Amino acid sequence: MPTVHDWINNPLGVVDGLFAQSNSSPDWEKKVVEYFKEKLKLNDAHTWVPSLNDVPLHYLKPNSLVKFRCMVQDMFDPEFFLGVYETNDPTSNSKQVKCGKYKDVTEGGQVDFNSRNTVTSERQTFYCVPIPGESQWNSYAGTNQARVVPSTSYVPNRHKRSYEEDDEMDMQPQQMKDVSQGAQSSAESHGNTEPKRQETEAPSHDSSPSHCTSSLDLNFPLPGEKGPACLVKVYENWDSFKLNDMLEVFGILSVDPALSVIADEREASSLLDPTEGMETVEEQRVHSPPASLVPRLHMLYAQPLAHNNPLLPSSATENNGEHKTSLLRIYLSSDLGELASVRAELLTYLTHVLMGDSLAAEYLILHLISNVYSRRDVLPLGKFTLNLSGCPHSSPYTEHLYKVIQQLVPSSYRLCMSLHNMNNQRMVPRKDYTANRLVSGTLQLASNTSLFLDETQLEQGQLDATGVRNITALGNLISWQKVDYDFNYHQMEFSCNINVLITSEGRSLLPSDSQVHLRPTLNPPNLEEYLSAVQVAQVPSQLNKYRIYLSVARALNYTISDEITKAVEEDFVEMRKDDPQNMSAEDLHRLLVVARLLSLSHGQNTLSRDGWMKAKQLEALRISRTPQQKCVNGNEP
Amino acid sequence: LSPPSQRSRAHDTSTELQPMPTSPAMDVSLFSSPMSEVDASSPLMYGTPSSRVEGTPRSGIRGTPARQRADLGSVRKAPQVDMHSEPVSENAVAGSEQGAGQRLVIWGTDVNVGTCKEKFQRFLQQFTDPSSREEENAGLDLNEPLYMQKLDEISVVGEPVLNVNCSHIQTFDADLYRQLICYPQEVIPTFDMAVNELFFDRFPDSVLEHQIQVRPYSALKTRNMRALNPEDIDQLITISGMVIRTSQLIPEMQEAFFRCQVCAFNTRVEVDRGRIAEPAVCRNCNTTHSMALMHNRSAFSDKQMIKLQESPEDMPAGQTPHTTVVYAHNDLVDKVQPGDRINITGTTCSSSKLWSRHTACLLFSSGIYRAAPMRLNPRQSQVKSVYKTHIDAIHFRKTDEKRLHGLDEDGEQKLFTKERVAVLKELAAKPDVYERLSSALAPSIYEHEDIKKGILLQLFGGTRKDFTQTGRGNFRAEVNILLCGDPGTSKSQLLQYVYNLVPRGQYTSGKGSSAVGLTAYVMKDPETRQLVLQTGALVLSDNGICCIDEFDKMSDSTRSVLHEVMEQQTLSIAKAGIICQLNARTSVLAAANPVESQWNPKKTTIENIQLPHTLLSRFDLIFLMLDPQDEAYDRRLAHHLVSLYYQSEEQIEEEHLDMAVLKDYIAFARTSVHPRLSEEASQALIEAYVDMRKIGSGRGMVSAYPRQLESLIRLAEAHAKVRFSSKVESIDVEEAKRLHREALKQSATDPRTGFVDISILTTGMSATARKRKEEVAQALKKLIQSKGKTPAMKYQQLFDDLRGQSEAAITKDMFDEALRALADEDYLTVTGKTVRLL
Repeated sequence: MPTVHDWINNPLGVVDGLFAQSNSSPDWEKKVVEYFKEKLKLNDAHTWVPSLNDVPLHYLKPNSLVKFRCMVQDMFDPEFFLGVYETNDPTSNSKQVKCGKYKDVTEGGQVDFNSRNTVTSERQTFYCVPIPGESQWNSYAGTNQARVVPSTSYVPNRHKRSYEEDDEMDMQPQQMKDVSQGAQSSAESHGNTEPKRQETEAPSHDSSPSHCTSSLDLNFPLPGEKGPACLVKVYENWDSFKLNDMLEVFGILSVDPALSVIADEREASSLLDPTEGMETVEEQRVHSPPASLVPRLHMLYAQPLAHNNPLLPSSATENNGEHKTSLLRIYLSSDLGELASVRAELLTYLTHVLMGDSLAAEYLILHLISNVYSRRDVLPLGKFTLNLSGCPHSSPYTEHLYKVIQQLVPSSYRLCMSLHNMNNQRMVPRKDYTANRLVSGTLQLASNTSLFLDETQLEQGQLDATGVRNITALGNLISWQKVDYDFNYHQMEFSCNINVLITSEGRSLLPSDSQVHLRPTLNPPNLEEYLSAVQVAQVPSQLNKYRIYLSVARALNYTISDEITKAVEEDFVEMRKDDPQNMSAEDLHRLLVVARLLSLSHGQNTLSRDGWMKAKQLEALRISRTPQQKCVNGNEP
Repeated sequence: LSPPSQRSRAHDTSTELQPMPTSPAMDVSLFSSPMSEVDASSPLMYGTPSSRVEGTPRSGIRGTPARQRADLGSVRKAPQVDMHSEPVSENAVAGSEQGAGQRLVIWGTDVNVGTCKEKFQRFLQQFTDPSSREEENAGLDLNEPLYMQKLDEISVVGEPVLNVNCSHIQTFDADLYRQLICYPQEVIPTFDMAVNELFFDRFPDSVLEHQIQVRPYSALKTRNMRALNPEDIDQLITISGMVIRTSQLIPEMQEAFFRCQVCAFNTRVEVDRGRIAEPAVCRNCNTTHSMALMHNRSAFSDKQMIKLQESPEDMPAGQTPHTTVVYAHNDLVDKVQPGDRINITGTTCSSSKLWSRHTACLLFSSGIYRAAPMRLNPRQSQVKSVYKTHIDAIHFRKTDEKRLHGLDEDGEQKLFTKERVAVLKELAAKPDVYERLSSALAPSIYEHEDIKKGILLQLFGGTRKDFTQTGRGNFRAEVNILLCGDPGTSKSQLLQYVYNLVPRGQYTSGKGSSAVGLTAYVMKDPETRQLVLQTGALVLSDNGICCIDEFDKMSDSTRSVLHEVMEQQTLSIAKAGIICQLNARTSVLAAANPVESQWNPKKTTIENIQLPHTLLSRFDLIFLMLDPQDEAYDRRLAHHLVSLYYQSEEQIEEEHLDMAVLKDYIAFARTSVHPRLSEEASQALIEAYVDMRKIGSGRGMVSAYPRQLESLIRLAEAHAKVRFSSKVESIDVEEAKRLHREALKQSATDPRTGFVDISILTTGMSATARKRKEEVAQALKKLIQSKGKTPAMKYQQLFDDLRGQSEAAITKDMFDEALRALADEDYLTVTGKTVRLL
């Protein structure tokens, strides 16, 4: 029985062992997957596995088991590989059957391609990036730091910096030295690793060969993102994964330098062989980047993530219903009193942040827990795009507001809708046929990411073609929760689930489900100081409570009883009688969403009569506040 | 010097013995030396340079050079094996050789060359397909052997390519078909041999550029790109996809020409798996290392790399499309352009090139879907354990090419399984299928039954009729629908739904689209400096539905392009030297908001949405989506909406199933049902039309125009399609009438009189309004006459007089109009401020 260290440090040994036992019966593949699944299930063993997110690549042992929390950014073509092959050892003239699964290159001796034992198998490659827009607090480093990677010289207390925390601007030379020394020593203590392996964090390192320049675009959806991108090789059920899925991948790390294509060798070879030119240099660069920058990960097992909140267990999506309720029970001790108190505290906090506007704070909570829970033909249900109008222009207020939201949600992104940004930013992902990859855009985001659109930054001026396309894309995103990716010859629709919050001075030019006009009751003399004071006042444990609360409330189940349905119907008919102009089907849609979110925010699984009345009150308050603007025609700008 | 790609065989008179060219194998029973030196009489040995003797006319199988079949890949020098010594598969071929106690097949296959050839010749000589509907067979006598006629054609046209439909082979000889699919690399050359023998038997004197090549197509094993797997390697497959990139032409060496530097002795070496074995010793003078490669005398063939991407329709949601590399050879090069949708028949294969520099490792050499392990690391004996795969194209078939010429939809015909068809037919047999389908349409949108029914009929469309012979052109079969009404009545949602439902749908918003975006524009390719026509939404949705939201916000110039599209179904472009007419047989589903944000019931449709009546009259149905404001309706609406929010997952699943069924149902009906009017239906239509005309004539208005009759026919045909009926019957006409009347009732009611008045839509003015105009003109005439014989009068004064005389208020516009009317009668002329009588 291999020890823990064996299956983490040398998973390929386990694979080979199982393969050898199987006597080439095909069920060994299943056995391998089962074996690792079992191992990972056992008393939190998965927490022992080092994570690619937190540990710099050069501290990880090649061919060891690692995990990676990521989003599927692109899917490459399936590839055929040598599943089983036979090698010829010229010296001893002995033949050996080997398994090629979970490996990039063959090993030992010359491969006999004419062998009858050769089995060609198929696998799929996904290009994965860290989940875009993860907030700083949401670094697993915090929870994982204690776990030392076994048998490497990785000393965690010396290298606390993880990718997310790493601010490359103030990287001090001293620190640099430290790191490279660390790398050096780790390499030394590890005879079999390549001593020349690159520092991922310091691409300017001059010892790098020609190809390892910073020109390699890792294709992150958001500008300024950092972290390891990874080519994940998937061996089974690849159809079950979708683009933009969040995954936690457990796999075997492969950084064999043989994988990196060296530019000059390529040139030489393509002279000899023109047909090799079918792959352009760009394509080559994208599909086989240097392993030191983009490691390969051979997937043994992947867990789809329903959320990326590190404070909650990364729940499997199986046994949905009970699981969610039990979550609530465990993490909020189901005691409604406490839940109510967390909600009240959060409300107070947000009220302070919104300068004393409790109604806006109430709506902000509803927005933060909204979630597209289902789609009826083209209609996404449960989305709740909020437009906070009346935000002060020309002050960094929106920036602070974003910081507050960033503190609360696992992943978020602030998009300044300045003319420059609108005209220049690539929002919609586009297929680049030369490099044969999907060039990412700002709107390629994982589920439940908070997108903060800052319209106060928008000034008058000319939108060009890109700008119009971007505005249309944002409009589509808000109305239908989908993004049409540009495949040059056609468009392809990808549905998404992104919470959009728009801050603007007047009513936003983008559509929204609900508009709340900010009405500050406080007027602090120094807005900035005031806001930082409010934020500082929140202790981390308090913030953690809020974070858990928001994630749990979003995941709750919800039903409406027949009785309440009747009551709602009655109510609607009544309201229509009173004022048919102001109570359309659309208003009812909104009311139902508000009622749903309001109930969930109170931890209730069903709509109560009380909840319905509250929702109506809330809506009435909100509408009374909006400047009378009967503009539903869309004729306005 | 001739360019290197030119074949140089013809110049070569030194007839050297050569290794076998592309022949897949040798039949040992026929030839004693299977492997190397040439027996010139071998049928496999087509195209030795020696076969071309200068001076003699080029004819007969010997005289015609073979062209190497690069599409079949590198030569597999496979020995034939004796069936008894090697346990090869079950289906041993019962060939003529059997009697000799030997059954010889090509190594690794169960193909016996002789038998296979015989079978194929029999197929060519005997196969008939009386029910063929293929375009290519037009003009052929369907009761005669099909392929023999094609051979006749080859002898006339001189294009030495024989396209063979694989399904024909399958119906003729299933075993042969299986062999073709499984061992294309061996079987196709055998076919080539067979067909050439046959051809030159029949036409011994014909001269062809090269020997005939057989191009099988539409192998029944049509694959989605996603479904390709390792088992398909080296098999004949047909897949469909979209070309996304084509490479430059690559000259590929087929045969290297070496000349001895010392004695000028020439020799040729064939390229074997991408490798040329340079002769180390000259065979003539025995000098070592004296052979030099002569580029301009080597033989090259054309090759092109094409990237094919899965067509968007085949894609599962949420995944990115796959791509595949295709190699086109010789005359298939430059046959396709990026953006084309094609069906390609080819063999998947592994390119042998990539690994040949290192360890010799033959993998899957021939054929069709190929894979090769990727580059080796030169310093180690390691192999990157991944294969490169590509498809060698044997046949291309553009699926959208036909759309340019004809009304053919089978290019995009979805293949339905028998079970699926049975399910659909069962559904069609239900008496309430029409209601069922219309309620399955956009279930999240409440009520609006008639609108949904209208859209349903639009989805099915009428039957195409061709009157080009009589000069009338095509009749429009597509139904156009306009939805207008209050904001917030889920018009956009309905449009989105339709856009998602149909495969070739386009969604644009009037606000954001320009005329160029809708039609097409000419672009110069920065690389090739070639002018390229980029098509817009209307052309892209040919045979589909173009959904245009916010129709009212469209600029006039943009809207004007719709005139042609909506009646003639074509789009003319004259730009940057490109003058052309593109097909745009698209149905238009448009949504418009009233100008004053709320529908004004006191105004006509035209006044409410301010669209030109010329455009409106092109819509078959115009619906108003109004908020009904009725308690019972509200209650049902509320129930519907609330239930949306708590329905369980399973119920939602069920509806998704419905959407899939609906999609298939529509696709099936569109491609396979073509209803024609029955006698009874035509009578009903005539009656309906006469009735419609009668309604108006009683009150002095015209209430129907031929366009309305055409609409009725289309709607009736669409309704027959819903029933999967090949005949339009009177119930179809009834429903068409009802729907048409409903739509008219909503949109063409004169708010002043309450009557339906079609002229609101056709002329933009109701009959009452016209009547009043007439009256003013008459009053003015009377006034002028009463003034006696004054040849000229002042404009202003006349206006004042008229106003003073008339009881109703007369605006300046009305006065001007009356003057114009009288001027048209040649009663007077207006010059500046004076009015002159004539």
